[in-house]
Amino acid sequence: MEKEVKAPPAPSGARQFAKVCDILDRHQRNAARLIPILQEVQEEYRYLPEEVLTFVATSLGLPPARVFGVATFFSHFTLTPRGKYTIRLCDGTACHVRDSIAILEALYERLKINAARNTTPDMLFTVETVSCLGACGLAPVVVVNEEVHGQMTPKRAVELVDAIIAKENAR
Amino acid sequence: MNRQNANLATGPVDLERIAADYEAETRQLTRRVVICAGTGCVAGGALKVHRQFLSRIAAAGLAVTVDLKPENGASHQGLYVSKSGCQGFCQMGPLVTIEPDGILYARVKPEDVEEIVDVTLKDSRVVERLLYVSPSTGERCRGQAEIPFYKQQQRTVLKFCGRIDPEDVREYIHHGGYAAARRAFCQMTPEAVCEEVAHSGLRGRGGGGFSTGRKWELTRQQPGPKKYVICNGDEGDPGAFMDRSVMEGNPHSVIEGMMIAARAIGADEGYVYVRAEYPLAVARVRRAVDDATALGLLGDDVFASGHSLRIQVMEGAGAFVCGEETALMASVEGKRGMPRPKPPFPAQSGLWGKPTVINNVETLATVPLILRQGAVQFRKIGTPTSPGTKTFALTGHVVNTGLIEVPFGATLRQIVMEIGGGVIDDQGRPSNDGFKAVQIGGPSGGCLTPEHLDLPLDFDSLQGVGAMVGSGGLVVMNRHTCMVSVARFFMQFTQNESCGKCVLCREGTRQMAALLDDIIEGRADRQTLVLLEQLAKAVRKGSLCGLGKTAPNPVLATLRYFRAEVEAHVFQKRCPAGRCKALRTPEILADLCKGCTICSRKCPVGAISGERKMPHTIDAAKCIKCGACAAACKFHAIVGV
Repeated sequence: MEKEVKAPPAPSGARQFAKVCDILDRHQRNAARLIPILQEVQEEYRYLPEEVLTFVATSLGLPPARVFGVATFFSHFTLTPRGKYTIRLCDGTACHVRDSIAILEALYERLKINAARNTTPDMLFTVETVSCLGACGLAPVVVVNEEVHGQMTPKRAVELVDAIIAKENAR
Repeated sequence: MNRQNANLATGPVDLERIAADYEAETRQLTRRVVICAGTGCVAGGALKVHRQFLSRIAAAGLAVTVDLKPENGASHQGLYVSKSGCQGFCQMGPLVTIEPDGILYARVKPEDVEEIVDVTLKDSRVVERLLYVSPSTGERCRGQAEIPFYKQQQRTVLKFCGRIDPEDVREYIHHGGYAAARRAFCQMTPEAVCEEVAHSGLRGRGGGGFSTGRKWELTRQQPGPKKYVICNGDEGDPGAFMDRSVMEGNPHSVIEGMMIAARAIGADEGYVYVRAEYPLAVARVRRAVDDATALGLLGDDVFASGHSLRIQVMEGAGAFVCGEETALMASVEGKRGMPRPKPPFPAQSGLWGKPTVINNVETLATVPLILRQGAVQFRKIGTPTSPGTKTFALTGHVVNTGLIEVPFGATLRQIVMEIGGGVIDDQGRPSNDGFKAVQIGGPSGGCLTPEHLDLPLDFDSLQGVGAMVGSGGLVVMNRHTCMVSVARFFMQFTQNESCGKCVLCREGTRQMAALLDDIIEGRADRQTLVLLEQLAKAVRKGSLCGLGKTAPNPVLATLRYFRAEVEAHVFQKRCPAGRCKALRTPEILADLCKGCTICSRKCPVGAISGERKMPHTIDAAKCIKCGACAAACKFHAIVGV
């Protein structure tokens, strides 16, 4: 975990908003498309920087409060930078009864983070729980970015993290 | 897409020609290898298995087809390797089916592929070791027809899920797809479509159980040229994945259902709202909409009827409450997904104030079946008040987990013991007397207990016992599960997902979770139970939408069916399942303790004492239950910390 992986810097200045403008144009600057727009912005920056939210609001002719309201309402949006690897632990019913919380605790311990501070300082990992990933047949489930890992145990989850760290260090 | 549309859609889509072309092109295929590419199997490495098949078959010099592109009638030869949507038996994945032999291989790894190619594809023999072994009889099952998990089901909505290629619109058409939509547009009036669906008795599969035909009729009667049809694929109930499987496995059936709904109410625009947690479903539905549009099934002048229909796919952003119809529509409009009071109902004033029909994925996927076989035939399955079949996601402490479909009226015993193969203990071993409860309908639902094992499941019978079908999640729990903790789990869930609009839902769920914490952590008394019940009733009464109205259900069900267990926590400070950490008594098992003294050195409060090489003891009064001793003990001699 020695290597620092920085989150993309928040954009500043007109040049930096070019990507946001592209996204806005793709949606014809239509205020009804606010959620897809924010989804694409977040894909670009891995979070929703405050300046971008204000910029999006102005561009769509919406009050900034409305855009902040939407951005804070939905759990997929985050206003703080996320790590390079987002580890989502499913805590749906099926995973919960098969003791998913033990996996969460193991991950917190390995990465020295907690529910309040769920991103590692080197910006490599963010650990969060989701209510259900719909892969209940494989409970408990852990998803690293888009990759689903089923029938997890605390030990296997830690191994998964170790493997990623080793891969990152080898870079 | 528009360009393609203009090229292809010169006349109405000729379904028969597409089907006949497909038939002619595929007639000379000798065998088909279907690799399940549902979320579950992909997680198990199904895509690697798929790639391995392609390279091994090529290495073996066999002719193989991977893509059935319509190439001007050229016929394909040899083997056909395709991917499918969820085949349902997720636990045994990755699954590989070989047709027409009817062989199903379970837990296939890339290393196994070479053997399958050599033995089955070249030599037409079965690789015995990859067959599914029934845990109850120990027999090897050759294919779906012999596997108890499949044998007891009646698959109608899921019939083609896991068999056809979900990304091939022509295969869907080949199996009779879109004929029902054409019938609705060309041969039926909107009134007749509503009537046929009403007559079938179809009830909404999303939880409410409202008559679909009536909902459509109410929307049809509304004046105005602009109406919308929405498919609700925001399947948020934890422990449910039926809609995901349908969208991944047979997305065209959902599109066809939407077309029929649009025809019935006179809508020219539709939305499919899919949860963002289901990336594969989003991709497959998008592809299905694009393909249907390219063929001219969607767009202007559908089936030369003069009506147009455009469908957009919208991804959710992670809010459970958006499964509620008014909240979903707010979110489509780009607002916070908060519900609003009804009336006006969406049928009167829905998306952007226009009349809107909003149906669940499974409901829409059932509609083409009704138009294809007729309402009378459809009613022959299921019970008089709940006709048809229902898909359930069977999970938890059960031998076979996965996606199942049974007629309404099937009993819990059939589902859990026969299809599910019985209950398992915490180590995954079958446990005959282990059944404690089934949680049905997610955070809005309730519990079914051993006394309900022979209850025929349908909308009304479940309501009678204080549960609901909900979207169809069935989580089996064994006797080592603490029901108070389960109720606490659901309360935490609804509390997180409450949108905050209604005070009773927002604050009430938080307080109920706190009261449940008191019970779990040993602070509760008689008054806690009284307060909990009062609060549950108040939240039910004082909330606007289904989320708040049903949030107390898990608590009330626990109090109703597991009162003794709750009272043991409250009055005796004891958790009968031994799960609640605060209520456990720390103990060192003398027969396991070797007296190595590691635990006493690890204990931060000096609660453990004992002579070297003699069994140690733990002082419960001093112990803070940090667990450090148990983690350090190599002999697993310390319990209750």
